[in-house]
Amino acid sequence: MLGNLNIRVISEYLPDLWEGFLNTLMLSAAGFTGAFIIGIIACGLSIQPVRWLRGVGVAYIDLIRSTPLLAQLYFLYFGLPRLGVLLPEFTIGIIALALNSGAYIAEIIRSGILSIPRGQFEAALSSGFTYVQRMRLIVLPQAIRPTISPLIGQAIVLVKDSSLLSLISVVELIRVGQKIALDRFMPVEGLVATAVGFLVIYYLLKALAAFWSHFNRTNSQ
Amino acid sequence: MIWFQIERLWNYWPILLKGLGMTVSLSLLSLVAGMIVGLIFALARTSGNRWLSGICGFYIDLFRGTPFLVQVFICFFILPAVGIELSAFSAGVLALSNLSACFIGEIIAAGINAVPRGQNEAAIASGFTHSQKLRLIILPQALQIVRPTLVGQFILLVKDSSVVSAIGIMDLTRSGWMIVQNIPNGLLVFGVVGLGYLIVCYPMIYLSRRMERGTQSPIL
Repeated sequence: MLGNLNIRVISEYLPDLWEGFLNTLMLSAAGFTGAFIIGIIACGLSIQPVRWLRGVGVAYIDLIRSTPLLAQLYFLYFGLPRLGVLLPEFTIGIIALALNSGAYIAEIIRSGILSIPRGQFEAALSSGFTYVQRMRLIVLPQAIRPTISPLIGQAIVLVKDSSLLSLISVVELIRVGQKIALDRFMPVEGLVATAVGFLVIYYLLKALAAFWSHFNRTNSQ
Repeated sequence: MIWFQIERLWNYWPILLKGLGMTVSLSLLSLVAGMIVGLIFALARTSGNRWLSGICGFYIDLFRGTPFLVQVFICFFILPAVGIELSAFSAGVLALSNLSACFIGEIIAAGINAVPRGQNEAAIASGFTHSQKLRLIILPQALQIVRPTLVGQFILLVKDSSVVSAIGIMDLTRSGWMIVQNIPNGLLVFGVVGLGYLIVCYPMIYLSRRMERGTQSPIL
């Protein structure tokens, strides 16, 4: 199957593939930044003491975690115009990615915070720190370390998820692959080129995760 | 206006119910297949044979590194080119089972590695054969360790099954997509679709949280 792969066609479409690759990277980077901000807010809401605010945070996290991204994407894509909000597909895609990954990042940060020994909170509390000080000076600096690897894992998931945006006609890697398939009737070439593009990003992020865990191990010894 | 749309949506309930049934059966079929193949992957990964483990790891990486949408397209558009004709449903089940096998394989392998070494040595010292050791000593403990992660994987599987709607399988997402062409209210239609997924997934999320709570001390 791969023996008679038509490399010439792929190289002909290299500029398009490069554009799709960059778009995928851009979508993912924007989505991840948004998701990180949303994640911190949602996590903060879900662990702070005011009850109804906690309910809002937990409800958001649970709602997102129990529905598929594709349904969320269609919800925004078909739903936002209904509210009079007309946005380009690209923006809707980024919003959907950020909202979706935000819930998972909130859970990652929450478990980072939960991994801190209880005595640290009590010590901060009895030292007279306010909630914000406690979070900023004691909890978050310690909570960040164990979250780095799962965050990279979430970034990998987000890059792959960004492929779903092709279904609302955002031009990214998959869309370019489909273009090759449709223009030249060569679905194999289109899909293989797409898959290679995603694998490149995957292996880069995986190497980053391996580097981090190596760095972490040598540092803590 | 909104009441009129709700009334129209109500008429579509058989389609939505069928879609939900399709989503559940897709996920269940792939779950069973994924567990069996995933177990084989896990045993290969932890067999101690470097070649077997390496090949298996590379195969798993290929599918963990590419979007599921690409895999679905490969099953549906490329396999026919090499002479394997599949209906949309079997292509979807194949792609979904393969994906879940890859993830479950890695999870179970991690569980097997987490079983204390002494258990392995004690089993060998007691004169257990290799298969007895795996079946009676290692796997029960490994599965116990990874139970919450496995439930999390099942939830992901149900959600990933929505992607196969891209090749025209009438699952819950696809039914919503069809209905929204007739009732132009995405918030309402996909709100109902989301509710369908919620009914399936939320009990599992609750379950995995209960399981995790056993291993963590709640603070704050």
